[in-house]
Amino acid sequence: MKRIVYREWRIPPGRYWGILGILAVVIGLGGLSALYLEHQGHWVTGMNNFVVWGVPHVFAVFLIIAASGAVNVASIATVFGKGAYQPLGRLSGLLAVALLIGGLLVLVLDLGRPDRLLVALTHYNLRSIFAWNIYLYTGFIALVIAYLWSMADRMGAPFKKLIGLFAFGWRIALTTATGSIFGFLVARQAFDTAFLAPMFIIMSLAYGLAIFVLVLLFSFHEECRPVGDKLLMRLKRLLGLFVAAMLYFTLVYFLTKAYGAKTHGLVDWVLFDGGRYSALFWIGWVLIGALVPLGIIHHPVLGQDRNWIVAACILVVLGGLATLYVLVIGSQAYPLQMFPGHIILESGFFDGVKSETATYRPTIPEFLLGLGGVAVALIITAVGVRVLQFLPESLADAALPADAVYLPTASDRE
Amino acid sequence: MVSGLIPTRAGLILLGLCCALVAQCVLAGDGQCYVRPGSRAAALDDCVAPTAFMRRNHMELIKHQRDATVHQGIRGTRDSLAGCIDCHVSRAADGQPVAVNEKHQFCSACHAFAAVKVDCFDCHAAVPRGAPLSEAAGGMPENDLRRTNQ
Amino acid sequence: MKQQHPEETIDQGRRAWFGLAAGVTAAVAAPGVVLHLADAAPAVGTEGVPVTAAARWGLLIDTNKCLEGCRDCVDACARENGLDRQTKPAAQSSAAWADQRAVWLRKAKLADNLTGRVTNLPLMCQHCEHPPCVDVCPTGASFKRADGIVVVDRHVCIGCRYCMMACPYQARSFIHEAVHDQLTGVPRGKGCVESCNLCVSRRDHGLASTACVDACTAAGHGAIVFGDMKDPASPISLALKAMSSRQLREDLALNTGVRYAGL
Repeated sequence: MKRIVYREWRIPPGRYWGILGILAVVIGLGGLSALYLEHQGHWVTGMNNFVVWGVPHVFAVFLIIAASGAVNVASIATVFGKGAYQPLGRLSGLLAVALLIGGLLVLVLDLGRPDRLLVALTHYNLRSIFAWNIYLYTGFIALVIAYLWSMADRMGAPFKKLIGLFAFGWRIALTTATGSIFGFLVARQAFDTAFLAPMFIIMSLAYGLAIFVLVLLFSFHEECRPVGDKLLMRLKRLLGLFVAAMLYFTLVYFLTKAYGAKTHGLVDWVLFDGGRYSALFWIGWVLIGALVPLGIIHHPVLGQDRNWIVAACILVVLGGLATLYVLVIGSQAYPLQMFPGHIILESGFFDGVKSETATYRPTIPEFLLGLGGVAVALIITAVGVRVLQFLPESLADAALPADAVYLPTASDRE
Repeated sequence: MVSGLIPTRAGLILLGLCCALVAQCVLAGDGQCYVRPGSRAAALDDCVAPTAFMRRNHMELIKHQRDATVHQGIRGTRDSLAGCIDCHVSRAADGQPVAVNEKHQFCSACHAFAAVKVDCFDCHAAVPRGAPLSEAAGGMPENDLRRTNQ
Repeated sequence: MKQQHPEETIDQGRRAWFGLAAGVTAAVAAPGVVLHLADAAPAVGTEGVPVTAAARWGLLIDTNKCLEGCRDCVDACARENGLDRQTKPAAQSSAAWADQRAVWLRKAKLADNLTGRVTNLPLMCQHCEHPPCVDVCPTGASFKRADGIVVVDRHVCIGCRYCMMACPYQARSFIHEAVHDQLTGVPRGKGCVESCNLCVSRRDHGLASTACVDACTAAGHGAIVFGDMKDPASPISLALKAMSSRQLREDLALNTGVRYAGL
């Protein structure tokens, strides 16, 4: 094993500034959308009194949970002693902070009163899981920055294991809390279950790793730095495991909901009668987000091809957005069960008259705001790897450290 | 070049200091009067407290009252915002009240000078509107749309 | 703040007297008659004094008396709170605006799935003892006053809409557009969440009831009773004792301040 050498991302300036320029344009559009939203009010969005959280929240929640998943790559090395992941730790930490900042920006800019952010930071209701999240998010950023210091600075090395362990615990708490934002909502049939917390954790692992692999392969490919096959196969198989676990959690979630008579209608609706929500569930959540990537990953030929692995990662990300669209928006569109045993014939407000679901037609500014958050995450990452030593010079298999505890794995037999 | 820059900078600093001093004096003293002629306040010597005190502390009074009102239900007291507006609103030629946050009106004129954004009128009516529920909540309604219903 | 109101003691006396009168009447008369006592409720509460937990305001809605097609309470609420002044942004479609405009009180018409029995009722914030909206609000803008009224402190509301996600009754509205012609008594503005507040300023000024109750009584329906649920002699307490009533979503154990009879 050789010493790991980290080096700045030295792609040609033209190419680098080109990437930054594109991202800056997307961020600019997102910023303009936020200003437009704030100036006009939320009537310019598809959000209304029934679907109160829309596309911006899909992007925000996706980025936030992906952030906690991205830091897991570092945890695998520090906490679980897998040496091969050790050179990936710095990028993993950077990506986690970047994704979280991107997600939080979207969340904050969608507020009805974003100018009152200071109020949110000075008034706390400790019964609110949302308020807890404010602590958890800021704490996460601070902790991951400390983690990066312990990984990059010789002085920090003795604390690496401890900080790593703490960061791992923190990210579990963070995603538990993010899942609980929905899970604690007793009023809504689709939420109201503690199951959402572990489900969000497993989703975070899949999305975070998929984004990590994409960023890793892109940045290495741009500079012709080597990524060893063995490492890539390990990452790929891990992604497959996370995606399969996600599918399992999806199954159990719907089985739970299908078991209780009071949620029969919900399951019927999401799976079959939900129009675009059903389509997004089957095509987005299940097919694109899980079955196709699993097929690629475990395919004897395609699974060895880097382009196909990249495709699998992209599909997991797209499927993740579809999953959250169904989970966040679909769950609101489905009417509340205010009068069990009754049908509502007329109402002066949306009350699920004749079991109709709420309408939500997202508008362009919502998508631009969400994409702006993605671009913020990417620009932080791009600038980070350019100016600081985040990327290892080589991830060729021979250059990788051995696992701390030798456990024969499937990858070793290849 | 360099020697030319220094006097410019020094001048700018001096100018800035002068502005700050003038602003201080205006804020502390009774430089300009923003009370609109024709408003009820114009006929009074003082606000609910001496003018100099109100200039510096009106926001504290309003904020204190705001929390007492929203959380404890204490209404119709001396420092209510509705009372401020009622007394300070001026009238156009046709007798209609002019919003206190309109250009050159009581609130906006001084706030423009002090460069402080007023948030109140995002939500609060800037003219007396609707019937007050008690005498203390503010004087007589101007354009009482609900009188017929009460 | 320490102003003493001489009427306060007299008030208590009147209250007790009315309570006794109401109690005697209730004991004699059929439960259905009780609801007509609403207009006899005395003024309670005094100006300039902090609200206390001595009272808990609530509503009792007798769905048997709520007429199909009547929307007097809805209109009265809109007028009282300036909601009738809402205007659709010019560029917005009517269908989308219908889902975005604020509604504090609405009428709903339900049919029993088995029997087809039709019920009409007004729906609004249920003023829960354990309100989910208050629990979830990150800044504490959503809060319950000592007298049980659930209110949004718009000065602290950041417009995150989490309370709307949490409310089991869809009782809350988000203000989607800039507002310019609010009533002095009911401040409301873009980017905050709002809902029925049991005509909170009427409470603080010591008025007897709410706009919706007044309208319902004026129309001769008398389907809604307002009052102090902690005062055993109040008309609402007596009516609640006399007739069976339900809470919406009883399963959530929120102990709502709005009760429905005949549902």
